[in-house]
Amino acid sequence: MIVHYGYKDGSGEYFISVDTDKCNGCGDCVEACPANVLEMTTMMIDLEDKLVAAVTEEHRNKIKYSCAPCKPEETPPCVSACKQAAITHTWKPQ
Amino acid sequence: MSKEFWRWPEYRRTVPGKDWKNAEVVTAGVDIGSVSSKAVIMTDGELYAYSIMRTGSSSPDSAQKAMDRALEETGMKLDDIKYTVGTGYGRVNVPFANRAITEIACHARGANYIWGPKVRTVLDMGGQDCKAIHCDERGKVTAFLMNDKCAAGTGRGMEVFADLLSVPIEEVGPMSLSVDKEPEPVSSTCVVFAKSEAVGLLRKGWPKNMVLAAYCSAMANRVSELLEKIKVEKEFVITGGIAKNIGVVKRLENIIGFKALPIQEKFDPMTAGSIGAALFAKALYERSAKST
Repeated sequence: MIVHYGYKDGSGEYFISVDTDKCNGCGDCVEACPANVLEMTTMMIDLEDKLVAAVTEEHRNKIKYSCAPCKPEETPPCVSACKQAAITHTWKPQ
Repeated sequence: MSKEFWRWPEYRRTVPGKDWKNAEVVTAGVDIGSVSSKAVIMTDGELYAYSIMRTGSSSPDSAQKAMDRALEETGMKLDDIKYTVGTGYGRVNVPFANRAITEIACHARGANYIWGPKVRTVLDMGGQDCKAIHCDERGKVTAFLMNDKCAAGTGRGMEVFADLLSVPIEEVGPMSLSVDKEPEPVSSTCVVFAKSEAVGLLRKGWPKNMVLAAYCSAMANRVSELLEKIKVEKEFVITGGIAKNIGVVKRLENIIGFKALPIQEKFDPMTAGSIGAALFAKALYERSAKST
C-alpha cells in the first residue's frame, strides 16, 4: 500500500509517500529526519499488525514548511536513509 | 427556534426477513465520524441492521447511542455480538470495541462489499475530511491520500451553506442543478472564505441555485485534485454523506470523465466504513477462534 502524506494547495503540491509493502520498520528514516517529521506507527495489513514509517499528525498538514530545510536537495536524508527505497517525495511548488 | 436547514435525519434499519438467532457469528462495526456516527450489525458477514446518528461532543457516548439505536427492534443485546471493530475519527473511543482499524481500510473493504470486486477507486467524502483510496479486487488498499487540512470538500462545509441559504440539506444537490447556465465556481473552497464570497454573490442578486451551483462546483474541483494523485480508475464509487449530493457527484463525474457507480438501494453510502469494520470484525473473530 502506498500512503501519500501531504497536500496540494494554491501554492503547489507537497507529498511524502511511504510504500508500506517495502518498509521493513527499521526506523532509519525517523533518525535521519532533522525535523522529526517521521515516526513509526502500527498499521493493520492483511489482518496483521505491521510497524511502518509515517508522517506524524502534527506535520501532515504543513510538510511544505517542515520539510523545506531539506529542499531543494534531490534526495533528502529520509530518502537516502531508507535501504528499502520505500520513501518518495513529490515536490512541486508553483 | 429558527429552522436548522443543515439538519439531516438520523435513522435506523433492519434488513427484512432475517433472524439473527440463526446466525453463527454476529459482528459489528462502529464508525465514529466527526459529524455522524454509524453502527452496523452483520450476521455471518451479511448486513443485518444499522443506524446513522449525529456525533455528539463525546465519542464514547456517540458510539453507545449509535449501537443502542442499531440494536433497537432486533431483540439483540450487546453481549450477543461476538466481535466489534471501531473505526473513524473517534475509533479509539469506542468503549465496547475489541479493536480499532483505520477508516481507510474499512471504507475500501466496505465499498468492495457494497459494489463488488470491480471497485478500484473509493472517494470518501466525510464530515470533515476527504479520502481518495485505490484498492484491489479483494478490497485491500493499494494507495491512499487524505485531505484533512481544512473542511473544503466535506459535509460540514455543505451544512454551513445549507444554513446560510436556508435550503434543507437534502435539496442542495438538486437545486444546484436547476441552473440554466453553470456559473463560475466560487474561487475558494475554504468554508470561511467561500461563505463570505457567497454572501457577496447573494448581495449582487444571484439566486440561491446559482450560489449553490458555484459552491458544489468548487467542491467537485477540489476533490478531483485528490483523485488525480492516486489516479482514478474504474469502477469508481463515492462513500460518505456527500455521495447523496447529486450536485457535487454530477459535477465531479463531468471533471473526471466517467460516472460513479450509483448508490445501491439496500445500502446507505454513509455506512461503507462501518460495514468494512464489521467485516474485519468477522475475520478477526474467526482467526482468534481458530488460534484458541
